[in-house]
Amino acid sequence: MLKTFLIGIKDLRLIFRDRAALIFMLLAPFLLTLGMGLVTGRFSGNSSGISDIPVVIVNQDDGELATALVDLFNSEDLAELVEPSPGTSPEAARQQVDEDEVAAAIIIPAGFTRSIIPQQEGFTNGNQPEVVKIEMYANPSRPTSAGIIKSILDEYMSRIEEGSVSAQTAIVQMLVSGRISPQDAQTAGEEMAQSLGDTQGGESLAITLNTSTADGEEVEFDILAYLAPGMALMFLMYTVSYGGRSILAEKVQGTLPRLLVSPTNATQILGGKVFGIFLTGVAQMLILIGGTSLLFQLKWGDTLGVVMLVLVAVFGATGWGMLITALARTTAQVGSVGSAIMLIFGILGGSFIQLDQMPAYIQTLSRITPNSWALDGFTTLALGGTLADLSTPVTALLTMGSLLFVASVLLFGKKNLVQK
Amino acid sequence: MSNILEVQHLVKNYGDFQAVKGISFSIEEGEIFSLLGPNGAGKTTTISMLSTLYAPTSGDATIAGHSVSKEPMEVRNAIGVVPQDLALYEDLSARENLIFWGQMYGLSGSSLKNRVEEVLAQIGLVDKAKDRVKTYSGGMKRRVNIGVGLLHKPKLLFMDEPTVGIDPQSRRAILDTVKDLNKQGMTVLYTTHYMEEAEELSNRVGIIDHGELIAIGTQKELTRQVGETETLVLHIGENEDPEALVTAFKGIKGVLEANAINHEISIITHSAADVMAPVVTKANERGIKIHSIDIREPNLEAVFLHLTGRALRD
Ligand SMILES: Nc1ncnc2c1ncn2[C@@H]1O[C@H](COP(=O)(O)OP(=O)(O)OP(=O)(O)O)[C@@H](O)[C@H]1O
Ligand SMILES: [Mg+2]
Repeated sequence: MLKTFLIGIKDLRLIFRDRAALIFMLLAPFLLTLGMGLVTGRFSGNSSGISDIPVVIVNQDDGELATALVDLFNSEDLAELVEPSPGTSPEAARQQVDEDEVAAAIIIPAGFTRSIIPQQEGFTNGNQPEVVKIEMYANPSRPTSAGIIKSILDEYMSRIEEGSVSAQTAIVQMLVSGRISPQDAQTAGEEMAQSLGDTQGGESLAITLNTSTADGEEVEFDILAYLAPGMALMFLMYTVSYGGRSILAEKVQGTLPRLLVSPTNATQILGGKVFGIFLTGVAQMLILIGGTSLLFQLKWGDTLGVVMLVLVAVFGATGWGMLITALARTTAQVGSVGSAIMLIFGILGGSFIQLDQMPAYIQTLSRITPNSWALDGFTTLALGGTLADLSTPVTALLTMGSLLFVASVLLFGKKNLVQK
Repeated sequence: MSNILEVQHLVKNYGDFQAVKGISFSIEEGEIFSLLGPNGAGKTTTISMLSTLYAPTSGDATIAGHSVSKEPMEVRNAIGVVPQDLALYEDLSARENLIFWGQMYGLSGSSLKNRVEEVLAQIGLVDKAKDRVKTYSGGMKRRVNIGVGLLHKPKLLFMDEPTVGIDPQSRRAILDTVKDLNKQGMTVLYTTHYMEEAEELSNRVGIIDHGELIAIGTQKELTRQVGETETLVLHIGENEDPEALVTAFKGIKGVLEANAINHEISIITHSAADVMAPVVTKANERGIKIHSIDIREPNLEAVFLHLTGRALRD
């Protein structure tokens, strides 16, 4: 146990002396966060956070539900967040998106309201008119902004569906009176749509957007709260593959055989190497979190939640690092496979592109990455969630890590990594 | 004196290839025993089995009474290993390396600290102890590599060609260290392909070739096997081709063996006086200038030549 710890500490010390590794572990994610922050305008203009998202709304319907939606976008609650403008025709609106003037166009086709609330009473069974769908045309170069608009829209639609089961007039009133709030919209948004929206009802969520919490603190959605963990998690994959590579490197450089002829058993040695990878990953994440908090005034959210999430995310990622190492024969293989996995997981896990813009099968596939689960968790925390809201990502990451560890140990055993 | 190491019919196969072919020998407590053999003889493979790194294909060995295959942990506590290839963390300093390896041998606290400083003094690296190993010269790295093997004061120290590829000064220092350690009571198993090192250091020598122990004994016992011979050593110019000359020398009556290493030709004979004249004549016939001629008593090189028909270093 002590030796396992000492080997881990030794590895932590070694990686922090490797300049190339430090560049990848710390500098690269930091600079990429900064760069993407600049591109998305995080550092320009007023305060922090996203505000005044330009959106064009084309209302061809003029029924109650369409009016309610337009009113919602123009409501006091959303005044800071969105900047709606009326559009004349769908074509013109789409062009505004194509020319990057707005983050999204919302097109409400004629007959939308009637397709949901039929005009005549008793006109119910069997003869429901086909639902006319609202179109949202999103700007791919503003993924986060578009994602927020979509989440508001999604929330609105889900309220209508809920409502249409019960009293229909009540919904309209609720909508008009502004009871559909952006905080609810946010809950349905982006990453968390499936993981949180499915398990919990809209109102019971602790997540809020641009709203006051009980003690009056402002909680804002900050684009960096998405970018920074995305980048950190991507380069966490670098760290774990570096760590895995070091197992094979020690074999080549003779220190592994030397350990094996000392009174240290193979389990202690392998345990020490894994512990070293884990420690390094945790150190990397905490430094990046600390650094972005200080330099970008980024609020990562509930400390306990952040620490817990870091621990399980690194655990899950370490599992991948071990699996890569167990499958590879040379350090070079670990290096190249590691880099490939880092990029693939980065993309799949949502570090670059929001997942809700991807096809469903990619969203499903993304669940094999620690990145996507952890990113869910970090978004939840950044929006005001706490440890209690993290049960899904935490469970997923713990399960992922455990399965990968078992698989790697079996593979290591087969390959006789440590004994000749 | 009791035997600290006993090797019984040790065999190691790498796939179809048998690297060690059933060797047996023992080492007494307090001696320096050298395994002398050319490249690929099986020295490192033997050390690897004795140090519990590789499991023997068959046979066994006991160290301080413990079987290397059945009680590896006890064996590891009793031995120190200085591997042939450097096995250090280049990004750690000498001191940090020693501390880490000391911890792996179960040292801690002030006894670890004191021992590390002692070893640093012993290997002469106190001044440079803070520098990272990667900034060291080859000789300094070798010394750290040795230092790691000494930390826990092992009863038996394995040193696998510890002087390969370093400058004469460092080599001298290492040989002196080995003798010091032995004086302090450490038993040493030393492998080398330098005859001079085996001659200088060891009480007893085992000659290993192609995985077989072909001779074992004190230097005297071994040279006696060669019989009453002498070795004539000729130094010739750098630009001369020794091979043709060697062939010519082999034809001289009374020459048992002739062999060239660089610009040194060794001739084994029963009587140096008898072959001297024809040797010089053959050289003159080819216009090759002889810089000097030494006559040597039989040495381990001659033993090896006698037993295998080859030179130790080719
Ligand atoms: N892992 C291995 N797999 C296959 N063959 C090996 C392996 N290690 C060594 N050998 C072979 O076994 C033989 C003995 O090798 P070994 O390293 O024990 O020799 P050595 O006496 O230490 O040589 P050197 O003086 O070059 O260090 C050589 O022919 C070598 O090629
Ligand atoms: Mg060797």
